[in-house]
Amino acid sequence: MAVVMANPAVQGSRAGGFVVRNLDLFYGAHQALHQISMTIPERAVTAIIGPSGCGKSTFLRCLNRMNDLVPDARIQGHVSFRGEDLYAPGADPMAIRYRIGMIFQKPNPFPKSIYENVAFGPRINGYDGDLDDIVEASLRRAALWDEVKDRLRKPALALSGGQQQRLCIARALAVNPEVLLMDEPTSALDPIATGKIEELMTSLKQEYTIVLVTHSMQQAARVSDYTAFFLDGRLVEMDRTERIFSAPSDRRTEDYITGRFG
Amino acid sequence: MNDIAARRRRRRRMDAASHWLFLLAIVVALAVLAILLWDLLSTGLPRLSWSFLTSHASRFADRTGILAPLVGSFYVIVLTAAFALPVGVATAVFLEFYAEGDRPSPLRQSLTQFLKLNIDNLAGVPSIVYGLFGLAFFVRWMQLGRSILAAALTLALMVLPVIIVNTREAIRAVPPSLAHGAYALGASKTQVIFTVILPAALGGILTATILSVSRALGESAPLLAVGAWVYVTSLPRTPLDSFTVLPVQIYYWAGMPQKAFQEVASAGILVLLALLLSLNGIAIWLRSKYQKKAEW
Ligand SMILES: Nc1ncnc2c1ncn2[C@@H]1O[C@H](COP(=O)(O)OP(=O)(O)OP(=O)(O)O)[C@@H](O)[C@H]1O
Ligand SMILES: [Mg+2]
Repeated sequence: MAVVMANPAVQGSRAGGFVVRNLDLFYGAHQALHQISMTIPERAVTAIIGPSGCGKSTFLRCLNRMNDLVPDARIQGHVSFRGEDLYAPGADPMAIRYRIGMIFQKPNPFPKSIYENVAFGPRINGYDGDLDDIVEASLRRAALWDEVKDRLRKPALALSGGQQQRLCIARALAVNPEVLLMDEPTSALDPIATGKIEELMTSLKQEYTIVLVTHSMQQAARVSDYTAFFLDGRLVEMDRTERIFSAPSDRRTEDYITGRFG
Repeated sequence: MNDIAARRRRRRRMDAASHWLFLLAIVVALAVLAILLWDLLSTGLPRLSWSFLTSHASRFADRTGILAPLVGSFYVIVLTAAFALPVGVATAVFLEFYAEGDRPSPLRQSLTQFLKLNIDNLAGVPSIVYGLFGLAFFVRWMQLGRSILAAALTLALMVLPVIIVNTREAIRAVPPSLAHGAYALGASKTQVIFTVILPAALGGILTATILSVSRALGESAPLLAVGAWVYVTSLPRTPLDSFTVLPVQIYYWAGMPQKAFQEVASAGILVLLALLLSLNGIAIWLRSKYQKKAEW
């Protein structure tokens, strides 16, 4: 059944980022998402939480059409960003991914130099201006510049895990996206690197819309403005983060965030 | 308790026994190799000289040399690689990324499967079969004659399946997360293939190419079939010139009745071995170079 999102707290303030209506997703015969409807506000961090296998990554990939790359994934329903239907017949997945960047759970820098990693996005999208400036600005915004400015031509794979993940963030920022989708970006990192990336998210949300999948309740509570709780491919509820963590309206949400689940 | 201890002792004895058995196997293999090499070195080394490398064939063992087959082999394998590498890589890329289409249908999938299976099988076809095909198709039908070009095309066909199979392996060994990273930045499929996947697979592709070309360097049967000559006293100038190659020349010398020519054959084998070893050395170097890059 449709979970109709009519939450004034979400719709009132900064509506108009992503609007998802009655989204179903099937992997072959297996239905991974059921009738998801939600609104993701702009210039805020929205956290998606839920137990393993509940469809968080799947949902995130619907927001920039990465599921197109899964051969037997099929989608029904409506997803739009800033009023533009992402699944309209003429919609170009490449243009969409250019505007809606993604950070993955495991840092995945290319086996190229630090510089080439950041310059990659502008290059393939046909930018022919000054790449040096873009590289520097992106690395600064990702809080990595000071650590790597003397070794831009060195292999990116020589960086530590936390630095690699910030490099991936810089790489995504280099094409100037409007959204950053982050799928458990700190799950492979130590607390210090995690802290840096969380700080980064807090500063980036002034300009960007961030959707963050996380298994850490503390992380969701620390950095997000809104939190959505998924269970078995369904959206249970979405609200302001303070509300979700203090007075959730669904019993299952409370059980999950207090660790009484399953 | 005792039972467990006894069983543990038995397993330890088994470990020791298999250790010695495997050691014996490798000693036998290495001993045979060493004897062969010793025999070659003792007969061939005295014949090896600068003038042997730079002289043409002669009826006299003392004056004969290996220049023409050396140059011929070089031309043949360079041309072979030049044909086989691009075609092989393109075929592998097609099979991995385009053959099934964006919306795979069962028909296309089974057709692709069928193609892949056949290419895998072609890698096991004896080289003489390629030689006979080359004779019928390149030498006679295309009228290329007994030329370097016909030989290189024949050998290229022979190594093509090996290159395709290994290139596909190298492509599949590239972590999908790299491709996803590029797609997430708005890259097209072609950009992902050429800017991310192929560069990451390059080490594997080059290693496979060098190893298969070194196999081509040691082949004589298919080249005898497409008509390598055994007595060549001028260097080839164009790809359509006639030629000879090292294995064919060695085969010819080894078949001569005079003992002196047997020694010359040994010297020829030493040259061929040196070439093969250096090709393999390059392959190992390439692999370690790219591996280091990937692990960094
Ligand atoms: N490519 C795929 N093909 C088929 N089924 C898939 C695929 N990817 C995910 N699934 C299935 O869809 C469901 C949701 O998976 P998803 O990866 O979205 O979960 P998740 O919430 O991100 O889990 P986790 O927290 O462990 O990352 C699971 O049952 C999973 O097995
Ligand atoms: Mg996931």
